[in-house]
Amino acid sequence: MSSSTALATVGGTRTDARNDVMAVNAAEEQYVTFTVGSEEYGVNILSVREIRGWTPESRLPNLPDYVRGVINLRGIIIPIFDLRARFGGGATSVTKRHVVVVIQVGERTRGILVDAISDILAIGHDAIKPPPDVDGGMVDAEYLSGLYTADDRMVTLLSVEKLFSVENSELDSATKALPALERAS
Amino acid sequence: MEDLSRFKQTYFDESAELLEVAESGLLRLTPGEVDSDEVNAIFRAVHSIKGGGGAFGFTDLVAFAHEFETVMDGVRNNTIPVTTELVDTLIRANDLLGQMLAYAREGDSAPAGTTDGTVAALRRHLSGGAQPAQAPAAAPAAPAPAPVPAAVYADDEDDEAGLFGDAMAAIAAARAEEDPVPPGKLRWTIVFRPRSDLLMSGNEPAFMLRALRRLGDATVECHTDALPTLQNLEAELLHLSWTVTLIADADVDLDKINDVFEFVADDCDIRITAEAPPPAAEAPPPVTDPVPVATAAPPAVVAATPEAPKAEPPKAEAARPRPNGGGAEHAGLTSHTIRVDLDKIDRLVNMVGEMVITQAMIAEHVRELPPGEFQELLEGLEQLAQHTRELRESVMSIRAQPVSSVFSRMPRLVRECAATTGKEVQLVTSGETTEVDKTVVENLVDPLTHMIRNSIDHGLEGPEERERVGKPRAGTVHLSAQHRSGRIVIEITDDGRGINRPKVLSKAIEKGLVPPGATLSDEDIDNLIFLPGFSTVDQVSNLSGRGVGMDVVRRNITSLGGRIGVYSTPGEGSRFVLSLPLTLAVLDGMVISVGEERFVLPLTNIVESLRPKAADLHGLVGKCDVMMARGEYVRLVYLHQLFGIPGAVADPTGALVVLVETEDGSRLGLVVDEVLGQQQVVIKSLEANFRRLDGVAAATILGDGRVALILDVAGLREMSRHMDSRAPRPPVAALPAPALEPV
Repeated sequence: MSSSTALATVGGTRTDARNDVMAVNAAEEQYVTFTVGSEEYGVNILSVREIRGWTPESRLPNLPDYVRGVINLRGIIIPIFDLRARFGGGATSVTKRHVVVVIQVGERTRGILVDAISDILAIGHDAIKPPPDVDGGMVDAEYLSGLYTADDRMVTLLSVEKLFSVENSELDSATKALPALERAS
Repeated sequence: MEDLSRFKQTYFDESAELLEVAESGLLRLTPGEVDSDEVNAIFRAVHSIKGGGGAFGFTDLVAFAHEFETVMDGVRNNTIPVTTELVDTLIRANDLLGQMLAYAREGDSAPAGTTDGTVAALRRHLSGGAQPAQAPAAAPAAPAPAPVPAAVYADDEDDEAGLFGDAMAAIAAARAEEDPVPPGKLRWTIVFRPRSDLLMSGNEPAFMLRALRRLGDATVECHTDALPTLQNLEAELLHLSWTVTLIADADVDLDKINDVFEFVADDCDIRITAEAPPPAAEAPPPVTDPVPVATAAPPAVVAATPEAPKAEPPKAEAARPRPNGGGAEHAGLTSHTIRVDLDKIDRLVNMVGEMVITQAMIAEHVRELPPGEFQELLEGLEQLAQHTRELRESVMSIRAQPVSSVFSRMPRLVRECAATTGKEVQLVTSGETTEVDKTVVENLVDPLTHMIRNSIDHGLEGPEERERVGKPRAGTVHLSAQHRSGRIVIEITDDGRGINRPKVLSKAIEKGLVPPGATLSDEDIDNLIFLPGFSTVDQVSNLSGRGVGMDVVRRNITSLGGRIGVYSTPGEGSRFVLSLPLTLAVLDGMVISVGEERFVLPLTNIVESLRPKAADLHGLVGKCDVMMARGEYVRLVYLHQLFGIPGAVADPTGALVVLVETEDGSRLGLVVDEVLGQQQVVIKSLEANFRRLDGVAAATILGDGRVALILDVAGLREMSRHMDSRAPRPPVAALPAPALEPV
């Protein structure tokens, strides 16, 4: 049922010197990166508890579509967020190859549904570029902690706490504002 | 360090219990008829708190406890008469002791002067009665030509000094001739004779000797006379005793020396003699026979102490019911109860929970076996299920506690509230022995306190007003608890004026909680008092008018999986009804399915399930569907609509209607696709990693490892009501939606 994968085995495909996991120095931090569609995102490895294969979720009522549902993680119940839906790409249609990144935010454990794990990068602080000033509310930069260029790819680094805190307040307002479903007559 | 903090935790736990012991003892303390057992119990409680506090270095607390203890000692010795005023002072002192403990627990020191008033009050009582032997010996400061045995202390204040005093005086006199005590210093002679089993309790005499050396210039002499011959030596027994001559500064007083022996006071004989500056002696003569291990005490070296030591131990025991009495009582207790770390019990509860899940999983697989072939396996599993259920109940009952621990706090609260408001109040309690999970009990204190205050402050009228309307002068508040349909129901009823609906409504409109011109039902208006920030008192009163009242109560109760309702009749009173789950761990549920989803309905809510005929179904004024069931119309609630589940059976005649009942007795028909079967489920928190959801009480894990939500029937009714009253329904947005913020 559970298909947890040890983190150490995940990044092994690439042997690019810069990506060498061992080459961690004080100014660097490691990020787990994953893909959603054609985009690549990264979260700090310290907040990642495990990575597991997709297991069917149980849905939760009356919540936005990016709250995918809840799963049983060895006896505790954790919510799963659909990152694609979170960024407006619609709900992910899951396959067995989809992956859940289990993340620890403070006391809470949560899962993010992504397409695939791509890499583990050691990124120096200097190499992180601030997100561009996106106006018009197109991008809520709150939960973007920076951008990083790996080879020719751009990796969007996410700040887990912010991402979830935004979701919390939105969830609340979403629920509060949720019109009662009209009775189907 | 971690060990120490663990001991601290134990100390605070025990102190909390001791405080309760002391308080209930104090509340029973009546002038004129003093029950010495009761007094002793209080004394012991305070003394134990003091003792432990000393070990952790809570000096403020110890100092205050000491004052308290001194007065209790006076009461115990009948030197302080028990008066109502004294009892009040002592109750206050007990409260204050609790506060000091709280400060100590937080690692804060109490603000300066916290204890001043109470200490003064305690001392007033003290000076009224005889002064117990307490003031340390610092008195003999004036140099006298002859050595003055300043005072003689036994290891306990109760001991009369006399018996031993003569002997010690002789020693001191003998010594004083040789060695002068430097000016400004005191010479103490400490005879420390541990009982032979001191080591068994993990005490190490060397520590105490070292501690004494820290107090001043100590000369330690060890007495080995009692050492048996090698073949008789029992290595685990202590055969030594010591005489310490301590030259210390004047600020070292008896208390400081006694502190050194704090933990062993019950296991040894200690004689402490102080001596003022004048010439004194070196070469401490070996004093007295060592430990009176048993019969054959070796001949005393010093002629001055022939009988005393042997006479001493029994006397000491007789004179102090404190340690031994306490010990005996503890021994009596321990034979029936044990103190177990709550974590251990919780681990057990969790384990049983997992077992229940596993058992359900096996049961699920077994259902797929060809029928009739595995009769014995099925029977075995049936038994396993039975045992699991019993195991679960036993484990849960470990955590269960009677609500009396909460109820017993209320009389005092009522007394205080009555005094503050000038109202006459009578509190009637019933059902104190009703048991419920410890967590629930603990979390009931605040809500109940607040609600009782609220009832007295807002509900009851003053005595004059009550007489005017023809009620007895004294108002009655009734607090009751009972088990009802697998939950505990606590009611707080008062016979006051009831909720003033027009006032509540206008207040709510004024505060913008309800749009002006809204028409609300009486029940809706009553429930407005649970809205955050709502308070009708024009002047903020000391008691409950801080506007943080009922909404907090409601939130506390909801977070325990409970519900609160209010029923009020103007002029006759109000009734608050709390309904809480008995345990927060496991419940019996019915698994149902709607579309692809499965849910669990608590069995306690289910009346029956049926498949309605088209003729039984009716629309009610275009608002909702009702169904005739057993001669009664019940409202139908479509779960798939409430939860927005696709692919469900929409037509009730093709689906099932589960007739459910909430705690307040109202029924509704829940339309679901299928009823899959009954099962024990382990309650898992959604809030731990996510948040509360409307209509959902918690979650659980089914046999196949999937998560299923446990439905909250009253919550569903609430949701459906808001859905049904579609058109103008102004208050809905403001109505107390159960706490939405993640916990």
